[in-house]
Amino acid sequence: MSDIRPELRYAASHEWIRLEDDGTAYVGISDHAQDAMGDLVFVELPEVGQKMETGDEAGVVESVKAASDIYAPVSGEIVAINEALEDTPELVNQDPYGDGWLFRLRINDKADLDELLSADEYREQLESED
Amino acid sequence: MGHRTPLYDRHLDQNARMVDFSGWDMPVHYGSLLEEHHAVRNRAGVFDVSHMTVVDVAGPAARDWLRHLLANDVDRVPVGRALYSAMLNPDGGVIDDLIVYRREQDYRLVVNCGTREKDLNWMTLQAEGVEVTLTERPELAMLAIQGPTARATLAGLLNGRRGESINELKVFAFAEDGDWMIARTGYTGEDGVEIILPGDDAVVLWVQLMEAGIRPCGLGARDTLRLEAGMNLYGNDMDEAVSPLEAGMGWTLSFDGERHFIGREALVQQQAAGHSVQVGLILQEKGVLRAHQKVITGAGEGEITSGTFSPTLGVSIALARVPAGSTGMAEVEIRNKRLPVQIVRPPFVRNGKTVYTQQ
Repeated sequence: MSDIRPELRYAASHEWIRLEDDGTAYVGISDHAQDAMGDLVFVELPEVGQKMETGDEAGVVESVKAASDIYAPVSGEIVAINEALEDTPELVNQDPYGDGWLFRLRINDKADLDELLSADEYREQLESED
Repeated sequence: MGHRTPLYDRHLDQNARMVDFSGWDMPVHYGSLLEEHHAVRNRAGVFDVSHMTVVDVAGPAARDWLRHLLANDVDRVPVGRALYSAMLNPDGGVIDDLIVYRREQDYRLVVNCGTREKDLNWMTLQAEGVEVTLTERPELAMLAIQGPTARATLAGLLNGRRGESINELKVFAFAEDGDWMIARTGYTGEDGVEIILPGDDAVVLWVQLMEAGIRPCGLGARDTLRLEAGMNLYGNDMDEAVSPLEAGMGWTLSFDGERHFIGREALVQQQAAGHSVQVGLILQEKGVLRAHQKVITGAGEGEITSGTFSPTLGVSIALARVPAGSTGMAEVEIRNKRLPVQIVRPPFVRNGKTVYTQQ
């Protein structure tokens, strides 16, 4: 069973988001998503300063076999991207909830987070997909 | 539930990620496609390819029939040697690509599993009124043991004639012992063998190979290895709408003498009229080339037929069909951006070494 962290919120499209004290949030892809993709070899990230609406395409992760779009789980402005992924995309496989984060977002409205899935809800979604 | 090879339970035991492949439950990887790929380039790996279709062709007319059916000429090889060939439709399109083994008394074909039904239908149709018998051999399994140390390791596991064959076989030669057929062939660009053998024997051999430290490899690594080796995949790089001339398979065509084979006239016409060609591409920036992306060359537009990240080269590579005369640099459209690619002559990698040349 894949690792699902209780402290995170999840999008149905398999991104996770973690709110920090300063009102920014880290976004990545779930352990389930990285496992399904297999070895990642390329990550395309948004640009710092880019403004996102919920569901906007924010990048692409590519494994040897497939490419998968990344969507902004909530609206906001990109304040940082994980530049380490340019040379070491495998960080997403190795540590999807830590060093393998994708970008940081200054979110417009914290209430948007309530629209996302809790860990339990995300687990239920994965179980129903099997 | 799909078809299962005799090794299905072994794959599950070894934590394979199973996928549907043309109706078969097959391992795509056992944890890491990249590690499996490198194992074959640097040491040795084994692939279960028992899903492939084996058909024995016998009867007094077998030779003549195959010389009519196939674009390559079975007379090109002696008994004990395998030959790669396309099977064409009358328009010169590729129905399938296959290996034919020339045996003492008959011939054995190994065709793709995804095209099994149409291949058998086509062959049956062509065999009407001909003194030839076609016998499918679904009880036989097939293992590909590939990599620079594959033969040495395998020879240590097999006794008698089988062990000797492993050491002695020349490239594309094969030997038989009982129900085993051992051929020095493969789909990876590395040294190694492919063994066709009864299902029960395949399970025993698989376990021995694991104990000898040979890594199980899935269809994912099989695809990256064959693409680096510049080998075509049916359904991607050619199909019934594509002729072998357009798919880099000119070397498999035998126009010698007056031999008539299905598709010959169409190919001769196409040669005179001109046609697109297959090239290799190397992406000059980060990203991954994929099938169906548009290629823009100095000679016109083409299309990628297979693309991947090359684990050996550390960059993305592709096979593409482009207008004749495409050379130098080109561009590929990826998500509305145009990225530069170098046009090269495949293969990209053989025997662990980078071998492509600029075109």
